[in-house]
Amino acid sequence: MRKVILRPYLLAITLFLFTTVYSYAQETAEAQPAESAAVVDSPVPNGNAENGEKLFKSLCAACHKPYSRAVGPALHGVVDKYDGDFEWLYAWIKNSAELIKSGDARANAIYNEYNQVAMNAFPQLSNQDMDDILAYVELPAPVIEAPVPDGKDVPVQTGIPTDLILGILSFVLLLLAVILYLVNKTLNRFAEVNGVKLYEDGAERKPLWKAYVENQFLLLVTVVVFLLGTAWFGYGYLMQVAVDQGYEPIQPIHYSHRIHAGDNKIECKYCHASARVSKHSGIPSLNVCMNCHKQISEVAPETLAEGKEEYSIDYNKEIEKLYEAVGWDKNTQSFTGENKPVKWVRIHNLPDHAYFNHSQHVSVGKIECQTCHGPVEEMEYMYQNAPLTMGWCINCHRETNVQVKDNEYYTKIHEELSKKYNIEEFTAADMGGIECGKCHY
Amino acid sequence: MSLDKKYWRNPEELNADSSVLEAIQKNEFVEDLPSKSQIREEESSDDSSTSRRDFLKYVGFSTAAATIAACEGPVVKSIPYVFQPERIVPGVAEYYATTMADGFDFSSVLVKAREGRPIKIEWNDKATAKAAGGARVHASVLSLYDTKRLQNPLVDGADVTWKTFNKSVQNDLDTVGDKQIVLLTQTFASPSTSKLVEDFKVKYPTAKHVVYDAISEHATLEAFNAKYGVRALPNYNFAKAKTIVSIGADILGDWQGGGFDADYAKSHTPTNGEMSKHYQFEANLTSTGGNADVRVLASPSAQKSILVEIYKQITGDSVSSKLPSEYQKKVADAVNHLKKGRSNSVVVTGLQDKAAQFLALQINEALNSSVIDVVNYRLIRQGSDADVMSVVKDMNAGKVGAVIMCGVDPAYTLPNAESFLAGLKKVKTTVSFALKKNKTAALCKYVGALPHYLESWGDIQFTRSEFGLMQPTIQKLFNTKQFQDCLLTWSGNDTSYYDYLKNNFSSYSNGVSWNTALHDGVFTSSMEEVGSEPSTNTSASQMASQLLKSSSKGSFELTLYSKIAMGDGKGANNPWLQEFPDPITRNTWDNYLTISKKDADELDLENRITSNGAIDGDIVDIKLGNTIVSNVPIMVQPGQAPGTLGLALGYGQVEGLQEEMKVGVNAYPLYNNFITTQSVEISKVDGNHEFASLQLQNTMAGRKDIIVETTLADFVNKDKEEWNPTPMFSKDHIEYPFDSKEVNLWQQFDRSIGHHFNLSIDLNSCTGCGACIIACHSENNVPVVGKAEVRNNRNMHWLRIDRYYSAGDTFKEEQERYETDGALDHHRNVEVESFDNPQVAFQPVMCQHCNHAPCETVCPVGAIGHGRQGQNQMTYNRCIGTRYCGNNCPYKVRRFNWFKYNRNDEFDYHMNNDLGRMVLNPDVTVRSRGVMEKCSFCMQMTQKSILDAKRDGRPVKDSEFQTACSNACDSGALVFGDVNDKSSEVYKKLQDDRKFYLLGYLGVKPNVFYQTKVTNS
Repeated sequence: MRKVILRPYLLAITLFLFTTVYSYAQETAEAQPAESAAVVDSPVPNGNAENGEKLFKSLCAACHKPYSRAVGPALHGVVDKYDGDFEWLYAWIKNSAELIKSGDARANAIYNEYNQVAMNAFPQLSNQDMDDILAYVELPAPVIEAPVPDGKDVPVQTGIPTDLILGILSFVLLLLAVILYLVNKTLNRFAEVNGVKLYEDGAERKPLWKAYVENQFLLLVTVVVFLLGTAWFGYGYLMQVAVDQGYEPIQPIHYSHRIHAGDNKIECKYCHASARVSKHSGIPSLNVCMNCHKQISEVAPETLAEGKEEYSIDYNKEIEKLYEAVGWDKNTQSFTGENKPVKWVRIHNLPDHAYFNHSQHVSVGKIECQTCHGPVEEMEYMYQNAPLTMGWCINCHRETNVQVKDNEYYTKIHEELSKKYNIEEFTAADMGGIECGKCHY
Repeated sequence: MSLDKKYWRNPEELNADSSVLEAIQKNEFVEDLPSKSQIREEESSDDSSTSRRDFLKYVGFSTAAATIAACEGPVVKSIPYVFQPERIVPGVAEYYATTMADGFDFSSVLVKAREGRPIKIEWNDKATAKAAGGARVHASVLSLYDTKRLQNPLVDGADVTWKTFNKSVQNDLDTVGDKQIVLLTQTFASPSTSKLVEDFKVKYPTAKHVVYDAISEHATLEAFNAKYGVRALPNYNFAKAKTIVSIGADILGDWQGGGFDADYAKSHTPTNGEMSKHYQFEANLTSTGGNADVRVLASPSAQKSILVEIYKQITGDSVSSKLPSEYQKKVADAVNHLKKGRSNSVVVTGLQDKAAQFLALQINEALNSSVIDVVNYRLIRQGSDADVMSVVKDMNAGKVGAVIMCGVDPAYTLPNAESFLAGLKKVKTTVSFALKKNKTAALCKYVGALPHYLESWGDIQFTRSEFGLMQPTIQKLFNTKQFQDCLLTWSGNDTSYYDYLKNNFSSYSNGVSWNTALHDGVFTSSMEEVGSEPSTNTSASQMASQLLKSSSKGSFELTLYSKIAMGDGKGANNPWLQEFPDPITRNTWDNYLTISKKDADELDLENRITSNGAIDGDIVDIKLGNTIVSNVPIMVQPGQAPGTLGLALGYGQVEGLQEEMKVGVNAYPLYNNFITTQSVEISKVDGNHEFASLQLQNTMAGRKDIIVETTLADFVNKDKEEWNPTPMFSKDHIEYPFDSKEVNLWQQFDRSIGHHFNLSIDLNSCTGCGACIIACHSENNVPVVGKAEVRNNRNMHWLRIDRYYSAGDTFKEEQERYETDGALDHHRNVEVESFDNPQVAFQPVMCQHCNHAPCETVCPVGAIGHGRQGQNQMTYNRCIGTRYCGNNCPYKVRRFNWFKYNRNDEFDYHMNNDLGRMVLNPDVTVRSRGVMEKCSFCMQMTQKSILDAKRDGRPVKDSEFQTACSNACDSGALVFGDVNDKSSEVYKKLQDDRKFYLLGYLGVKPNVFYQTKVTNS
């Protein structure tokens, strides 16, 4: 009985697999981010860091960062740097230009180090305010523990992976089938040995397929169902050919519309400026990115953590990619002139024979970008929201009213049309917006 | 009743028994599938091992493969700017004003650029000066993207850097010693370049500047110098003219720089019952002759007598003119009109003879003509034949140490090219600056790669007071440098030509700011005092007798001319220009010897028409002294003066051209002593030449109402219904006009709301120049199909300019004569008169955008729709290529894509390479194989105008609505606009009595209408 011996062996494998998976799940569950909050004595004893944070963000953050260089130097450690000479620091913050003029050596040294870019004067700050700010910047840098210690983009696994479950399930089913087959075979053999006759001689049962073929009604129903099904799925299949709704390619630089348009509420047309005047909405040139990213070389720690946790993306790395492409040297805060144009993957592709003009829809029709592009402000990865089929275009043209108000172009035509048809509103289709030649030439 | 005139397009149509013609008319709509001969031989089915079964297998497999492949869309990459230039918005066109100046064509232009690449040339409305052929100017943008352009400077045929190039040339120049350095250049007409050349002469005192024009105006320049003391060309304003007498001057062609057509059209269109009267005495039938009111056949020698006779009668000078008696009446008529028009009269001549030009100036002075302008003279031709000849002599004598050429190709264009080539071998340092490796450049040691004018800086002085600036509109495509930059380097000046130009600008700008001038492209300066009184007092009478002395020796008088398409041959590698049909012969891709029917019969020469309507011709050799130009095809040309021949210059180039463009014969060897009229012998040789002509294609099959023509007298005095009757239809024995609702089968739509576009075409103003054809190509990505396909009736022109011949007599006279003459005599008479000197009418025809379009109803897939703005809309992606529409179109304006004309090695023109494709208009679809296409009324342009207005929240201005053709037409023949705007110009045209519809009686209600042609005869 060769096959019977096999059985305990297989069982053992199954058991082994189950235990491994279970223990793996336990390990992942145990991995908890460790909260570390080492408290160090502040070099600014009488400063209120909370108030300092507010002041810093409103006055200083345009040029300074606490822990890294921006336009001005990193401020963390500034008290130590100047040996706790608060009077000097007050003088510098209140009016650095005066201090430089007075010939102060330290002031001139720092002025020259930073390419002689003068710092704004802040005469409105009291000494207490400045203490508060210093207290804030002297707080130790918060340590954000990355979930993946080595920082590589390894996908974060929470719980048992789906693939594994499916694999095990199919394995178990297979096993069951084999067992059933073996049982059946064994029983047959028993019957044979015991001389039990399973079928009457000569009176064989009619095979199922024969009975089925002879039942004409059933056959007809099946054929009809089959044809209808084929037509349904065939049509559905053909209709989705070249319709790339939901197309969500990976871009060379990860750009989060969620953060820019959603969290930061940057107006779409700030970056896609040509949508107002051109047929193209335009992929923003990199100098537009640098309008903000000259200052923002790192994202907020919470955002960074969120990106790593939820999307396994290191946003700071993406900003680095931008700097590399545009040729920006963070240390000297200048363009190196060596740039590598980014090859973005185009998401919305209209065929060449269809003419579409953004400015017609955005500027004249006053249609929100989201009407076609979907909830962009929620998209971490940009995807194609609309099917971009001709039927979809036409439908909208049939349903959307023309924005005739306050547009002198329409004054005459609106007057004539409303007189003729006694209507106040008319759709794009009424204006000839579904004529072939309007989009195909 | 001019309507009953008999119009014909081809001599064959006059032959009533022509079986060929009958066959063509019967087979009008039959176009066979591409036959074996058109498919490459190895693919032909006879000797193929592929069986039908295999074929089906392949089809099945490839269909399945294609279906599967089509399911997955390709990944499209988009690369935006890293730093976007402030003014460039992707998708929005930029316009720059600049100036074209290639030594032959000088014109202010507007360049339309998309994303930093020029895609179209338009006229600059601010410009007053133009000296160029409209078709060539519009086509010049394609020459920028020519794959045959030089991409690097060469030394001894190898690519080098500019540094090495300049250093080597400079070394050579330094060692030239006391030998001459010759700068042999095109006409620059550039004040800064002139100054630069003077600077160069300071460094190299033996240097000498010689200007060489391939097609010379030396005679006129000398005559003008003799009379007014300055080497320049007189300027003309034909808009003021009441009487124009032209003796062999192709004033609508390239005569004295050309560019007179727009002004000519203004005075030659009836306004307030008046129009100019134009007499043309010529040998070749030119488009000028075609537009003339009275055209008299005159050989070049007869033209001389006519000129002297006119001179005699106007000035009263007593010289003998030896005028043949047959011209006496016509000359007397012309003189009468000249005297009547007096100061609004002008006499011009195209005879390349100092004496002739001097007499013309003398006559105009006597007439006190205001049409000619001798104060604000033209400076766009400065070539001196004598100087060029002496350079050739000096080179052969070994006196020249270095020759530096720019923009010239003497090895191809000089009549005595052999002598030049012999001389060139004796010159140590040979430098040639050229766009392409032409014949001269190929023989030079140093070859400088020139940038195209759209990549260059420059200043141009058109006339004494009119200037233009040239600015780059694109980054240099190749490693090229301007000639002027090199001159600066060689002179030891390390400023760039741009700085030099800018510094020099203030010396002549008369206070105009650089930025304003650059923005406008043109500016006017006051006329500085140059020129002195003529040194010698030239006697006109002496000149007259001298003119008549030069007599002909050969049996034929040949007149060399330049074609509207090719000019002097600079555009030979431009497929748009090669496929541009000549306005008169309607031939493409060729030059040929035009000959009169009488002479052709005598020499047993003929043109044959093949069964598919293509034309073949016999071949002759032309002999001038010891020069023989062999294998010239002949074209029997109605209206060619007997005993004369015509041949176009600018063809037959070989070097620096793509294989497909090496067409025609080189006529420059016949341009002996730079004189366009020569006495030659011709002899028939064996062989047959295949023409690619649009002449007999798509016959109108005897349909009436194609052209409506009347005389000025009838137009002024008679009722409109007499000279432009409305077609009438009878219903229930009541006559209704053709556009009445009563006789209409169709339901009418109300088009009174919104825009309704119409195009008016004035047959009087249209000179047949063809700028519209090229503008249409450029705007609408019309493919080039090549010579063989044109011959197969498969040209893709969306807009064609039909040319009709007609006998001078009216139908009424014909009837009368029919009764007196015998039937046979009569037929012969009509034929002879038509052939001898036919009247010519030009008619631009594009899609007529019928409101009741016959093409729309027959489309089985609904690919043609009608817009409420009047356009007949062709939807390419819906078209399945049944060609029903083309067959049902009464105007034959639909063109079928028999092949894929882009990215196809069989059609190796601009659409087959990355460089050439840069000229394509991104707003217009590039059509694929198997679809019908046609004029769209430039939908993309009207849509843009409407959108601009909507965005600004204002009504559209009338002048904003344009099509490519109406925009390119500066003679005012094409007027496009919205007829629902009652203040628009096209609405006024619609109300004009001269209005008629092409085949209006069909009741298809076209949105294109024509204005009756009025002749002042």
